[in-house]
Parts: sequence; structure tokens; C-alpha cells
Amino acid sequence: MITSAMPLLQIRNVTRRFGAFTAVDAVSLDIEAGEFFTLLGPSGCGKTTLLRMIAGFDAPDAGELLLDGRPLAGIPPEARPLHTVFQSYALFPHMSVAGNVAFPLEMAGCAKDEIRRRVAETLALVHLEDKGAQFPHELSGGQKQRVALARGLVNRPRLLLLDEPLGALDAKLRQEMQGELIRLQRDVGVTFVFVTHSQQEALALSHRVAVMKAGRVEQCDVPDRLYTQPANRFVADFIGKINLIEVEVVAASKIQLHLRAEGLGAIAATDPRPLRPGDRGAFALRPELLRVHAHGEAAGLKNHFSGTVRELLYLGDVTHYKIALDCGLVLEALMPNAAPGRAKFHEIGDPVAVSWRHDAGVFLHEPPAR
Amino acid sequence: MKKPGVWLWAAALTVYAFLYLPLAIVVIFSFNDSMLNAEWVGFTWRWYATLIHDGEMLQAAGNSLLIALLSSACATVLGASAGIAMHRYRFRWLPLLVLTPVAMPEILLGVSLLLFFRQVLDLTLGFLSILVAHITFSIGFVAVIVRARLAGMDESLFEAARDLGATPWTTFRRITLPLILPALAAGFLMSFTLSIDDFVITFFVAGVGVSTLPLQIYSMIKVAVTPEVNAVSTLLMALTLTLILVSTRLAPDVLKGRGAV
Ligand SMILES: Nc1ncnc2c1ncn2[C@@H]1O[C@H](COP(=O)(O)OP(=O)(O)OP(=O)(O)O)[C@@H](O)[C@H]1O
Ligand SMILES: [Mg+2]
Repeated sequence: MITSAMPLLQIRNVTRRFGAFTAVDAVSLDIEAGEFFTLLGPSGCGKTTLLRMIAGFDAPDAGELLLDGRPLAGIPPEARPLHTVFQSYALFPHMSVAGNVAFPLEMAGCAKDEIRRRVAETLALVHLEDKGAQFPHELSGGQKQRVALARGLVNRPRLLLLDEPLGALDAKLRQEMQGELIRLQRDVGVTFVFVTHSQQEALALSHRVAVMKAGRVEQCDVPDRLYTQPANRFVADFIGKINLIEVEVVAASKIQLHLRAEGLGAIAATDPRPLRPGDRGAFALRPELLRVHAHGEAAGLKNHFSGTVRELLYLGDVTHYKIALDCGLVLEALMPNAAPGRAKFHEIGDPVAVSWRHDAGVFLHEPPAR
Repeated sequence: MKKPGVWLWAAALTVYAFLYLPLAIVVIFSFNDSMLNAEWVGFTWRWYATLIHDGEMLQAAGNSLLIALLSSACATVLGASAGIAMHRYRFRWLPLLVLTPVAMPEILLGVSLLLFFRQVLDLTLGFLSILVAHITFSIGFVAVIVRARLAGMDESLFEAARDLGATPWTTFRRITLPLILPALAAGFLMSFTLSIDDFVITFFVAGVGVSTLPLQIYSMIKVAVTPEVNAVSTLLMALTLTLILVSTRLAPDVLKGRGAV
């Protein structure tokens, strides 16, 4: 990732309302040149609306968009140096594959020879060199997707916007295209702004991800920070599986944090933030960071609680447990099945105990609503 | 489960007989070697030969073709604009306003156009008034066909064109126009058919000097239904049928299930 002084695209306090409904609510984001940036969020959270404002099909009610430091307001879509890959592909049905890919070059006024050369080059890039003469209705979903990508990339825009481009593909093709997207983005060096509601896709593809909810950005970070340091309950819950325990701060000193959960008791954690006794929130704990012990094993550890196996899902590489603690709380745990001959450690109904390291979980501080 | 099939066939055959028997009789007698439409005497091309030498008839046919060509060309351009506007602006009253003349009883349209030309415009009735009247009742059909075609298309196609660098005008020329071309052709043929066949409205706005094919046929049968009338009717029928077939080919999605016109 190239980081220059000036972000490629600056989104500043952009708001878009439809009647009384606010679809995009004061969103501010900086997108760097060369980045694979993803907008992630549930259906209806405003991802497409934001993308359409960047492309120029829609205009913000408040705030501004800057490309290379220059305001985009008033510039029509055809004059913006960026392209969109639509979810429906939007291939022109009356033009061949080569005709579709040539279209942006023709619009830019390129010479015939150059158009032919670059179309061939770009079709080769997406492995469709022999499909130039075919028409969109003769292609499979994955091939249409590739043509749409080729058409968007052929004249090397500053920015490529992709609105759920893999949404219409089946699982296997989706995975294949994910790899393809990463390779393409790296090879051509075009900045991608990618929209998806699949957290797996977002984590797998992106340099950075902005998690959106109801028109707002909840957190914008690199994938592993998003996963290990979620900013709030929504992000924690939206990305991957997680246990959420309601807690209150008992004591906080330097980086040590003592929490209390109703019924469960004391939890030891680490947190560098200046927290005060009485602060409330959720304690978030990834299932793979929980350890499941046989009854009586490893007693005396911190964060050690006994319970019973309630449900169990054997998944080959891992086993997914649901463990009912003595206080009634149910926690999910994921244990690797690495040890030979010990595929399943425990059976349903077995008395067990769970524990976790003091730095395993994250305290999600939720100041009381005023 | 065989029985209902048979009955359905019988019912359908009856209906088709009702529809096509009178037409078939006209066609058959146009080849009959007799002045009377009574019994079959023998095959002849005589009435078609008479037709070619009938100056008035040829004049009327010429008028009809010219009016049909001009009116459907104008109606296609205007109707397409209306169809695109209806699609783009989704204004509730727009479709209704365009469609009303389509559904209006022809006689009403004829009378109101007559009043309009005479009282409001003080126009001498003739070629021009017929032309304008034909454009008027054709526009709605073209608009509906074009709109149906646009409604079946992915809106992001037009956005994609803009996004890839095309101005609104280029988008229209390179994307919209080619995509609605079949609808334009279908609308043109439909207008042509309507214009060639129209009697009622033309009757009101034609005045005295100018005649069209249907008007000419009418004036002839006031005397008697001659085999010559059969011959010209057969030709008109053949033309209409061809046009309908071609236009349903061009825009099958549009004309399917829309009922008889
Ligand atoms: N033109 C419009 N008029 C009124 N409301 C709109 C319009 N466009 C979008 N909305 C509303 O704004 C909200 C956000 O829509 P948007 O299409 O941006 O969601 P999204 O995040 O892309 O969702 P999805 O994942 O389902 O595509 C939705 O509730 C939608 O109903
Ligand atoms: Mg969307």
C-alpha cells in the first residue's frame, strides 16, 4: 500500500436523506491511493447510496467528497476519473465482449489501434482472451463478472467502485473470484472501493474495512484489528462469532482491569484505557480463545468457570461447543482437534470447565445514554 | 382427461371460424369470375387487373400509403419521446394522458378532431388534417410499446454508460437507441397498420377533395359490393397481416397478452 500525504478520496461528513429517512449519516472516511478498501454492513445500511454519491449518480445533502483534494460536487459521472462495477454487471447486451471493454476507451477518444491492443491486453488479464467476439448473453455468471471487471479497469481509472460484485455468484465461484480480485488489484494498482455484506469477504480481501450500520460508520480499521479489537458491540457481533457478557468495572489500574459479571463473578482482563469503577459494558470473547477443560482440570486458574456441555458440533478440524456455565450463562467455544485419537474431547452432558487468558477478551465500554 | 381437450378444440375452432369466415369469403370471391358474389364460377385475376386501371382507386391508395408513411414516422418519433418521458419521470398522469386517445371511441376522437380543425384552427380539411389525425391516434401505441421495452431493461445499463465516460446524448445514441430499436420498429409498423386501415376518424376529417383506400372502398360499396372491392380488400388484408406479423416478431414481449388492437 502506497501512502502519500494526500488521501486519494476524502469523504467528509457526507449525509444523504430520503424524506425523513437518513440513509447516509455524516460519514467521514479517507481512502488512500492503491488501497483495497471495503464498505461492510448489513442490508440497507447505506453502502450503495454512498457509492452512488462517489460515482456521481446521486449528490450528498450535506458534506463533501474530494478526489485528489479537489471537490467532486457538480462534476457529472462521465467526467469523474472512476468507474463502477455494478452488481447486475450492466454489460451492454447489444455489444460483444470486446465492444463492451472498448466502450470506455472509445469515450476517452483513444485511437483504433490502441483500443484493440488494450482490449486484448485487459481481456488476457481476466483470462477471457478468446471470448472477445461473444455476446454477454452467451457467457456464464463468472465470465460476465470478469468482463465487467475488464471494462471497469481497461482505461486504468483512479478508483474502481465495486457494488457487491460477487453477490450473484455461487459459493465456489465466489471464492475463486475473491482470489482473482486480490490478484487483479495488486497487478493493476487501481484503488478499489468494494461493497459487501459478507464479513468473511471483507476480512479476506481488504487492506481496510469500514463497518457501517444504519448510515453511520461504526469502525474503520485493518481486518485483524477489526476482529481482535472491535470498537463496539455491533462490530464485535457482526464480524465472526463472539461471546458477549454483560459486565461492570470493579477496579482498573494501569493495564489491569477487574470486571464483574452478574452471577458469574470476577473476570480479570487487560485494558490500557482509563476506566473507572462502575463503568458498564460488554465483555467480548472469541470462541477460539476459550479453553475447555475436563472437570477438575486446571482449577485455580484465573477466569476459570465450571459448567456442562450442552451442545457440540464436530467440524473435522475443530469442535464447536456450547457450554452452559453453573450461573446459567451459555458460552461458545471452539477447540482444535489436533491431538491424534482425540477428535472429541468431551460429550454432551459432561461436566467441564472453561477458562481464558486475561488478555483474551475485550471490554466494550458503553457510556450510559444521556 | 381427453374429453375437455376435444371440447376446447371445438370451441376454439368455432371462434376462429367466426373471425375468419367472412374474411375468407371476401378473399375467395375476389378471384371469382363473376360480377355477382353469389356462386363460384371460375378462377380469374380480372378484378385485380381492373383495380390497376382504376384511377380513383390508385389515387386513394397513393394517399393512404403516403399518409401512413408520414404519420407513422412522426408518431414513432413523438411516441418514443413520450414513452421515454413516461419511463424516466414516472409522473402518474402522463401514461393516462397518452393512453386516453388509444382507448377513446374512435367516433369521439373523429368528432373532436373535426371541431378542432374547423373551429379552432380554421383549417381546410384534406391531406394535412388526415395526417395530423393519424399521428394523434398512433402516438399512444408507440409510447406504450417503447415504455414497455424500457421497463424491461436494467436501469444500471444507462448509468454504466455515463459512468464509463458517455455524455447523456452519447448514452442515448449508443445505448438507449439501439436497445429500443425493435420497439421503435414495432411501433412504426403498428402505426402504419392503424393508419392504412382507419376509416372512422379519417371519414370525419377528410373533407371532400382527398380520399384514402378505406374511404374509397366505402364509397364504392354504397353502390354495390363489386368483386373489385373484394380484390382491394384482399390486398389491404394481406398488407395488414404482414405488418402485424412483422411487428409481433420485433417486439414479442410488448404485444403478447395485450389483447387485440
Ligand atoms: N432513491 C431512494 N429513495 C428512498 N429511499 C432510498 C433510496 N435509495 C435508497 N434508499 C434507502 O436508503 C437505505 C440505504 O439503501 P442502500 O441501497 O444504500 O443500502 P445498502 O447498504 O446498499 O443495502 P444492500 O446491502 O441491501 O444493497 C435503504 O433503507 C433504502 O430503502
Ligand atoms: Mg446495495
